[in-house]
Amino acid sequence: MTLNRRDFIGASGAFAALATLPGTQVLAQSATDLTIAYNIPVQAWDPTIGQVAVNPVLQAIYLAVYDRYIAQNPDLSFGPGLLTDWGFSEDRSTVTMTVREGVKWQNGDPMTPADIVWSLERAANPETGNPISFVWEKIGNYRVDGQTITADVLSFEPALFKWMAFLTGFVLPKDYYESVGADGFEAAPIGTGPYMVDAFERGAFVRLKANPHYWGEAPGFETVTIKFVTDVTSRVAEIESGNADVTLNIPYEEYDRLIAKPGLTGVAIPITDIGMIFLNDIEVMTDRNVRLAAHHAIDKQLIIDRLLRGYGVPISTLEAPGYAAYDPSITVAYDPELSVKLLADSGYDTDNPVRFKIQTTRGFKPKDYEMVQAIVGMWRKVGIEAEIEVYDIAKHFDLRAADELAPAAFYNWGNAIGDPSTSTGYAMFGPSPHSVWDSQDVIDAIGPLFGETDEDARIEGYKAASRLIAQEGYVIPLLQYVMPIVYRDTLDLTPYTSGDLLPQQIRPKA
Amino acid sequence: MLLRSIISRLIAVAITLFGVAVVVFTLIRVAPGNPIAMMLPPGATAADIARLEALYGFDKSLPEQFVIWLKAVAQGDFGTSIIMRQPVAELVLERLPATLELALMALLLAVALGGLGAVVGARFRGRSPELGVDLGVGVGLSVPDFLWGLLLILLFGVLWPVLQISGRVDPRLAVDLSTNFYIIEGLLRGQWRLVQDVLAHMLMPALALSLPLAAMIAQVLKQSLKAELHLDYTQLARVRGLSETRVIVSEALRNAALPTLTLIGVQFTFLIGGTVIVERLFAYEGLGNMAIEAVINRDLPLIQGIVLLFALLFIVINLAVDLTYGLLNPRLRHG
Repeated sequence: MTLNRRDFIGASGAFAALATLPGTQVLAQSATDLTIAYNIPVQAWDPTIGQVAVNPVLQAIYLAVYDRYIAQNPDLSFGPGLLTDWGFSEDRSTVTMTVREGVKWQNGDPMTPADIVWSLERAANPETGNPISFVWEKIGNYRVDGQTITADVLSFEPALFKWMAFLTGFVLPKDYYESVGADGFEAAPIGTGPYMVDAFERGAFVRLKANPHYWGEAPGFETVTIKFVTDVTSRVAEIESGNADVTLNIPYEEYDRLIAKPGLTGVAIPITDIGMIFLNDIEVMTDRNVRLAAHHAIDKQLIIDRLLRGYGVPISTLEAPGYAAYDPSITVAYDPELSVKLLADSGYDTDNPVRFKIQTTRGFKPKDYEMVQAIVGMWRKVGIEAEIEVYDIAKHFDLRAADELAPAAFYNWGNAIGDPSTSTGYAMFGPSPHSVWDSQDVIDAIGPLFGETDEDARIEGYKAASRLIAQEGYVIPLLQYVMPIVYRDTLDLTPYTSGDLLPQQIRPKA
Repeated sequence: MLLRSIISRLIAVAITLFGVAVVVFTLIRVAPGNPIAMMLPPGATAADIARLEALYGFDKSLPEQFVIWLKAVAQGDFGTSIIMRQPVAELVLERLPATLELALMALLLAVALGGLGAVVGARFRGRSPELGVDLGVGVGLSVPDFLWGLLLILLFGVLWPVLQISGRVDPRLAVDLSTNFYIIEGLLRGQWRLVQDVLAHMLMPALALSLPLAAMIAQVLKQSLKAELHLDYTQLARVRGLSETRVIVSEALRNAALPTLTLIGVQFTFLIGGTVIVERLFAYEGLGNMAIEAVINRDLPLIQGIVLLFALLFIVINLAVDLTYGLLNPRLRHG
């Protein structure tokens, strides 16, 4: 084969023309379509089983398609979902739930109390692979009377109804699921939510279509395309180029730059995700002076200002503002002089520093590694020499479950329902696989609260536990994260403190 | 003789794949991080962990797990993905065409760009165009593919937004094909709009992957061409009145191409490996992107399936290169 000059020029011209053909560049938003560049791909459509069920970032997409038993408002409060009324009996022996009337599945079939009971019983069956089955199995023996469901409390769980607005708390269609099976449901999932799945390309996108049967306010767009763009640079490029209308979870520098551009705006609110340093009760961390010195030596506000461009809220306990057991009176001040004194009491100073290892992820959360570097620098000034070990998040989970974390380990803890049991409770209760602090005083303080039937006493109990933990320095809470969302200024967007970016809460500006 | 050679190659393939299976199975289980720990919600107890481990078969010893897995693989069952809850073989084969099309496109671009650079460099040897080619080669070799990707996103995604940044096809396009080879089947079925859209999505990742390889091809091929241009047969061609360009393209290129072919064969396997990062950057739904998701989520059956497939691909490509080289090189063909 020979290639003459004319052929070559022709081929080059065709190649160049490809990029300019009409339709190659498509601007995202129209009056009826919305495109979101999302940071995590949906891997499976049953939101009640497997790993996807406990991935907090995926919940927003599931919430577009399915409804939970109980809904959550933007400020973390709870409201009617598919249940309009719910509660424990006075003696905590039964629960009563009233099912919303007039709700239809996306295939047009009516949603009934039988669907609610089936969903709860299925969730409680560990054979299905529901990772939260230990919560759902705490009620059983369901009775249905009209729209009212009554069930026996088999084991009291104070946060039961909060879990109904949390992980795996979704209602699925009994008859449809049983007729199509698990594989059929994965291929064609249906829920009662405002949008239904129109097309799904695994790893690439999901196209949602407005649900004509939706029981609530009609969603703002006819179609919503959610593109799974895991790389942050590409997400920034997507919104900047006009290929997407909304994106989230981008570096704060990019957030500030993008919202200054014409046509774009943004919102950045504190969410239920905190940065913290787990302390393990091993080696030097058994010394109270060392723990407290490590905490007092950290200037959290400086870290937020310098590394996170001011996007963050310093915290002193694992209960962030807005959580049910948040107590603003519990503070651990930045006081490096106190740190020096505490360390001196234990025989340490800058010439003879206390040494331990701190583990951290790198790039899993915004500036995680840089934060730990800054903290290590602050520690060095008071007489703490910490060696940084970088690990990935999977290793963190593994080590934490085995109680083998280093003396200090950076992590982020999400708590979308703001209940103290799902933050301070499981993070600090020694026997929990999530906790690496095993001292008896904390076990005694938290243990009884898991079964406390008096809600006020339970919340007060957690506040007391938080105070004890702060006074003894059993953990180092650092900051409440802020979620940056960038979107076109032709849109109205309601941010959720839970961190969920709900497609149904994005509407064309009136 | 040929049959014996083929049989011995096939035995070697089987042994290699078994070795890969053993190494992968062991490494990903010994490495810290297990899928059960990844799915533990607040409130889970040791009993809940044990229950989940039993559900996913991680409660058995490593050798037991390996034997169970190997028996299933021998029957074509690569297990079920933990995160996607679909058969691994199905998932992997679903994504393979996307990666193959991307890699082939990158290879075509690399050969075209590298070949052009080599011809230009050889044609204008010792002059400024060759210097330009050498400069391009230096830049191409020193910048890794993912950095090219970032640069291309900035150029053709943001500053002059003519190409698509992410994905493989516009979500609004209805894709009605029987295979996932969008370009090949789209061309065969005359679905030009689809092919155009897929190309608009694929050009940037393919170009990012191709540039380092193009630089290598340009460098090696140019040197080979320059060597050939001093030989008698090219001198004779000049005496016959052929232009210098004609001498290079018609006479020298075929002989100079052999070392480049070997290079391409070896580098193509690296190019497929490179798709992992580039696919991630461009949210391209290929095998590489799925591999990263599998690793992040410690989806052990899926990791095993993908690695085995990659290993098989590498072996097949190397085999194909060996055979092609044998066919093209007369000394090997008649040896």
